[in-house]
Amino acid sequence: MKSNRRTFIGGVSAAALVAGNTAAFAQKKYDDGATDKEIKIGNTNPYSGPASAYGVIGKGIEAYWKSVNERGGINGRMVKFVTLDDGYSPPKTVEMTRQLVEQEKVLAMFQTLGTPTNTAIHRYMNQRKVPHLFVATGASKWGKPKDFPWTMGFQPDYHTEAVIYAKHILANVKDPKIAVLMQNDDYGKDYWEGFKEGLGKDANKVVRHVTYEVTDPTVDSQTIQMKDSGANVFFNISIPKFAAQSMRKAAEIGWKPVQYLNNVSAQVSTTMRPAGFENVQGVITAAYIKDPTDKQWDNDDEMKAWRAWMAKYMPAGNTSDVNYVYAHAVSFLMEQTLKKCGDNLTRENVMRQAANHQKLRVPGLLPGITVSTSPTDFYPVQAVRLQRFKGDTWELFGDILAAEST
Amino acid sequence: MANATAAAALAPRRTWIWWVIGIAAVVPLLRGVVPDIVSDYRLFLVTTMMIAAIAVLGLNLLTGFNGQISLGHGAFYAVGAYVAAVAMEQANCPYWLTIPLAAVICFGFGFLFGLPALKLEGHYLALATFALALAVPQMLKYKWLEGLTGGVQGIVLSKPSAPFGLPLSEDQWLYYFTLTVMVVLYWAAHNILNSRSGRAMKAIRDHQMAADTMGIDTARYKTVTFGISAAYTGIAGAISASVIAFVAPDSFTFFLSIKFLIGLVVGGVGSLLGSVLGGIFYVLVDNSAQSLAQFIKRDLGLAFDLSAYTVFGVLLILLMYFMPQGLAGGVIRLWRAIRR
Repeated sequence: MKSNRRTFIGGVSAAALVAGNTAAFAQKKYDDGATDKEIKIGNTNPYSGPASAYGVIGKGIEAYWKSVNERGGINGRMVKFVTLDDGYSPPKTVEMTRQLVEQEKVLAMFQTLGTPTNTAIHRYMNQRKVPHLFVATGASKWGKPKDFPWTMGFQPDYHTEAVIYAKHILANVKDPKIAVLMQNDDYGKDYWEGFKEGLGKDANKVVRHVTYEVTDPTVDSQTIQMKDSGANVFFNISIPKFAAQSMRKAAEIGWKPVQYLNNVSAQVSTTMRPAGFENVQGVITAAYIKDPTDKQWDNDDEMKAWRAWMAKYMPAGNTSDVNYVYAHAVSFLMEQTLKKCGDNLTRENVMRQAANHQKLRVPGLLPGITVSTSPTDFYPVQAVRLQRFKGDTWELFGDILAAEST
Repeated sequence: MANATAAAALAPRRTWIWWVIGIAAVVPLLRGVVPDIVSDYRLFLVTTMMIAAIAVLGLNLLTGFNGQISLGHGAFYAVGAYVAAVAMEQANCPYWLTIPLAAVICFGFGFLFGLPALKLEGHYLALATFALALAVPQMLKYKWLEGLTGGVQGIVLSKPSAPFGLPLSEDQWLYYFTLTVMVVLYWAAHNILNSRSGRAMKAIRDHQMAADTMGIDTARYKTVTFGISAAYTGIAGAISASVIAFVAPDSFTFFLSIKFLIGLVVGGVGSLLGSVLGGIFYVLVDNSAQSLAQFIKRDLGLAFDLSAYTVFGVLLILLMYFMPQGLAGGVIRLWRAIRR
């Protein structure tokens, strides 16, 4: 054998070099939608149609990525955010999502808005194995990693929130007799199911359960029925218009129960002011995000930064619209997720990182609330704080509350 | 009128229709050869065009050939889609069987609605059908029906795959399925219109009193036409349930009915070919309006935020101005100009 020491060493180092090279290659891994220069993410939002009021969320997110790109992008890659109008119509969402995934070849879908619209693409996203992240709906069905490992929600779901109210009622109200006003659709039912679950064996404490249709003109008669039941607790599952009506009517007819209002209607400008501040003192709700009309955040650093960001990137946007705080917060979470992926921008890794946040502080969330996820926990924001209406604003009280959702 | 000229211009060259069908049948097979051009997504898009075309065809039978205006065909579409979805979900009915099922039920529904509609004409009929379009999505949410319809949540379905082990993707298969249904329905509509019944339908449109005097049973013809028209649109809805694999009340808003009407007017009122063109137009322009709006904003760098519907509206106005008889009329005019 003529093999000497030098050739041997040469051979080994050459092998090492090759191995080293492949290792270097292995570090950069891409799926569709990711390159050395760009990360492409897709979104659908209702810029037209019945839910177009939510379109500002899409606009806010678009502005957020613009600000990220001006800061230099994510690990040197520019984010290309492609957002399409689905008009809140499920068939259109399917069409637009397929366009984004199959033609535009986005790495992930992010913040697609609406419960029916997301339901329409739920199975498709999971069959295609494309991340379907931080969807903009409070339904409780988005955190089921066993059946749908590619879909993740964002906000505390309605179910969890209602469980929290139920437990608070049982702990704080002596001999509760509960009346419930509920919007008759999936959103209302999600709350109602959670509420019953939270009451557990005390479910018979609900003495009156009335519903309304979103097309009804008023809920006056429902409010009178609730008063007549002799209830001393009022759980209000309604959107701002009806929340304001029912609270005002309750005050008019001299019904003074302990009131719990769902977070959906917790905005000062659209619910509390129209209901009349004198009529809503002491109403309790749960919150997870800072309301820009709330004066206690006037000197808050995060909100100051948010206002500066609004002024620069969304100069025409309404700074009292909480949807922009929401858009900023959820985009921040997406940015952190993509950042953690490093150079391994595969769809699988995006999901792995999305399910790997530990107590991440997201600006805009209430103090003390953080984002935690795991391979079995697909509910990023799960904690809320209770707040009570006082004067013309909300006042936080008590500890951070969390409930594991089903 | 537009129809008569269209038929005259195209009658001697009936072979072109076979060419179109032939091309439509071959193109999806190229998916394996040029996957970037013939992609599953594009086949899906063409399938939605064909579904829209069938629905517009149904509306055209009623409005274009029988002179009864309807602003509520979205309702029949919704009923068709829900019949299919409920049959598949509750009774494990195969998807292809939902087509005749939806047709029969929608025919009944349309026929019954056609009875009171006899007393209504013109604007009044438009308003009554408008009410129907508004009411149906609400009815789908109704408590007593919720066990069947799934209420607001809707029904999630699964997409059918190709039978007999054919090596086709789901989208390819649904494309062929929809194409077959469309060709059959087109052929049926063509035969109806060229029969005694078809001439009676058109006579009622042109002058009801004269038609009456000639011994045409106008009441029966009008209600049956309503039924057939509803059946066509219901079939389109049933196919859409399979293709989209999801139905919910939010899918069938009032705007859907307007969409069919736009397809009808743009394609050509009273023209079968126009119905198909109108369906294709609507999906195509609705999609490209959005890309066009984005293109103007992003690539041309114009500062104003154009909504997709602005672009769509402008396109619609231009089209109506330059092709007042719809696409079918416009194509024929162009054809004549070239031949001259």
